[in-house]
Amino acid sequence: MTPPPRRRLHHPPRDARGAVLVLLAHPDLRRSRANRRMAQALADIDGVTVHNLYEAWPDLDIDVPREQALLSNHQALVWRHPLYWYSTPAILKQWQDLVLELGWAYGPGGEALRGKPFLQGITTGGGEAAYQVDGFHQLTIGQLLAPITRMAGLCGMQALEPFVLYGTHRLDEPSLDRAALAWRTRILALRDSLTG
Amino acid sequence: MDHSLLGQAVVYLAAAMIIVPLASRLGLGSVLGYLLGGVVIGPHLLNLVGQADDVMHFAELGVVMMLFLVGLELEPSRLWRLRGPIFGLGGLQLLGTGAVLLPIGLLLGLPWQQALAMGLILAMSSTAIALQTLSEKGLMGSDAGQKSFSVLLFQDVAVIPMLALFPLLATLPGSAGDGHGDSFLDQIGALEHTLLVLAAIAVVISAGRFLVRPMMRAVARTGLRELFTAAALFIVLGVTLLMTAVGLSPALGTFLAGVVLANSEYHHELESDVEPFKGLLLGLFFLAVGASIDFPAVAAQPVLVASLVLGVSLIKALVLLGLGLAFRARRDQAVLFAVALCQVGEFAFVLLSFARGSGVLAPEVATVGVAVTALSMALSPVSFVLVERLVLPRLLGPASAPREADAIDEHNEVIVAGYGRFGQVAARFLSANGHAATLLDVDSDQIDVVARFGGKVFFGDASRLDLLSAAGAGHAKILAVAVDDPVKVKEIVHLARVHFPHLAILARARGRGEAYELVEHEVEGVYRETFDSALRAGVDALRLLGTPAAMAWRAARIFARHDEESIQVLAEHRGDQARLVHGSRERTLMLEAALRADRGIEPGEPEQAWDSEGLRRLARGDGD
Repeated sequence: MTPPPRRRLHHPPRDARGAVLVLLAHPDLRRSRANRRMAQALADIDGVTVHNLYEAWPDLDIDVPREQALLSNHQALVWRHPLYWYSTPAILKQWQDLVLELGWAYGPGGEALRGKPFLQGITTGGGEAAYQVDGFHQLTIGQLLAPITRMAGLCGMQALEPFVLYGTHRLDEPSLDRAALAWRTRILALRDSLTG
Repeated sequence: MDHSLLGQAVVYLAAAMIIVPLASRLGLGSVLGYLLGGVVIGPHLLNLVGQADDVMHFAELGVVMMLFLVGLELEPSRLWRLRGPIFGLGGLQLLGTGAVLLPIGLLLGLPWQQALAMGLILAMSSTAIALQTLSEKGLMGSDAGQKSFSVLLFQDVAVIPMLALFPLLATLPGSAGDGHGDSFLDQIGALEHTLLVLAAIAVVISAGRFLVRPMMRAVARTGLRELFTAAALFIVLGVTLLMTAVGLSPALGTFLAGVVLANSEYHHELESDVEPFKGLLLGLFFLAVGASIDFPAVAAQPVLVASLVLGVSLIKALVLLGLGLAFRARRDQAVLFAVALCQVGEFAFVLLSFARGSGVLAPEVATVGVAVTALSMALSPVSFVLVERLVLPRLLGPASAPREADAIDEHNEVIVAGYGRFGQVAARFLSANGHAATLLDVDSDQIDVVARFGGKVFFGDASRLDLLSAAGAGHAKILAVAVDDPVKVKEIVHLARVHFPHLAILARARGRGEAYELVEHEVEGVYRETFDSALRAGVDALRLLGTPAAMAWRAARIFARHDEESIQVLAEHRGDQARLVHGSRERTLMLEAALRADRGIEPGEPEQAWDSEGLRRLARGDGD
């Protein structure tokens, strides 16, 4: 019997380069059917770097130079996360606060992200009907994402239409698989638009 | 040869500096080194010193200081708690050995007074040798180690009454100035003398109680370090003078002063001030003892000296063995106890010189005593090794051979090698999170403690391939190497890397040096055992200095990442150059490398995050 391969600790990609950088923000993928599939869907795509933020910085102490280098080495930025309290998981807010420095990402001389496409991939527990002005949450996803759209705008990024998967609590396995495939297709298209 | 004070000082210091390091390197210990040094500069070899007796009088201050320190260390409460083993075992050892040696002395033609003194003196064991040997072998915590400690402590204390009582045994005219015969003491009656002695003791006790504290406080207020030293020397020399004046032993007086001051808050202050003087003067004392050995007298009776060395050691060992068994030690422990203490100790030099000076022992007898003591100390490491290798296994059969590794009937995903300070935390944390680990350790006592709480630690040395296999290394996923000996860590890591390449290895490192080497072994993680706590102390210091907690914590994380990266980088460039330098030089190089790497960190301004200063500048319009 051959022993299983050696276990490795996750280390944040150091010198990764490529077309698309995907920042994945979910603290425990074991417990998320949807986000686990979404992450697996991008696992082996050339030119796409998936960077799991909670694995890299479990104590939220983000290494700023390293994150900035990753951004500089890719042509597009993607956020992949569930919607927590109408916003991102905490680590993405921390990432904004620390990595998007004045004079680097915005403000005078802040050109590092200028012109790069920005795409958000979101899962929500509630259905699409709940995210309407006359729905349960009284706000649309577009309205809720306004601060992030502004972030992209202030940094000169080109914000794309977000990829939203609604109602994950109720989706069955085949629907989740279809959604993951759609997500993969969307990312491939983004990559090809940059390299092709 | 120049016999001026300065010339003498240079000769003695040179002898100490040349010969003591040599003796230490040969494993003989510093006491024998000083003795040898004394022999070399003494009248029978280089003849560089004049009257060793003059130096001896001065050097005896070292003995006085040693007893002051013994007194300081003596907490009456601790003594009382251990009274059983100390007074029972220790007292029986001293008196029993003395009682056996007394008739032998008589047979050799000594008067009973000299035979008694000699018996008690030779019953002393060497604290330095015994404690060092036992702790080197990791036996201090064992039954033999504890019993040895008790006996040695008793001997320390017993020196005091012996110093007090020896003059009663005097049959010869004393040669040293012990106060008799040259003072007004001869002109006063016995009653007055007794009153005077009691008054002097009362002065020492009450001064220690009521005068020393205000005096030390006044000294402390000046803030002058050297005044502390002056005060400490003043206490020791003052008591010495007072005791000499009333005809008491100065060693007895300073011992008393030490005991009185043992509980004072200046205890450590006094100790650290007196310690260097004691060390130096005691060294001088041993040098003088070496220089005063009368070689022709010893060489004239080689058979006597040799048989005395062997005979005394054997008798001491037999008495100790009997006592050890009587005090319910296991047989192997009793043998260890016996061989650990069977040499004659450094206190014997003190007592021999005192006994000779106060007219108890004839000079030629004392000289033989010094030679016997020195030789028995020199032979002590040899006898320990012989007993350990030959007697212990044979005496007790296979059952007493080193404990066999346990049969391991657990197979977990994680193996933790070493269940000490480090392994415990890691293993307990894993277990608290639902992952049992297979635990290995080589400390039987530790294992027994864990067993009492229902835990299971297997006895065995993880640097053995068969043991790692038995522990399930072939199926486990992770090996945490948490033993504290860096050499063992490397052995285990190397072994596991070669034979179980699928294991993720998490390795404990003592410091940067060990970390470099482990990084080269492709381990999953290297953990410097004190790094994290030191850094946390640094974070708290920053916070106390006013840095907000979040910023201090960020700064620490940045520092840690930087430091870890520098280890990775330096490990790659370490190469052969570093392998050529060893020990402290290597540590210095590593510190230099670490400090150089630190220059890459901007102090005070780790990054711009959470900093609105730039935004304010922009808003005011004076941005760049």
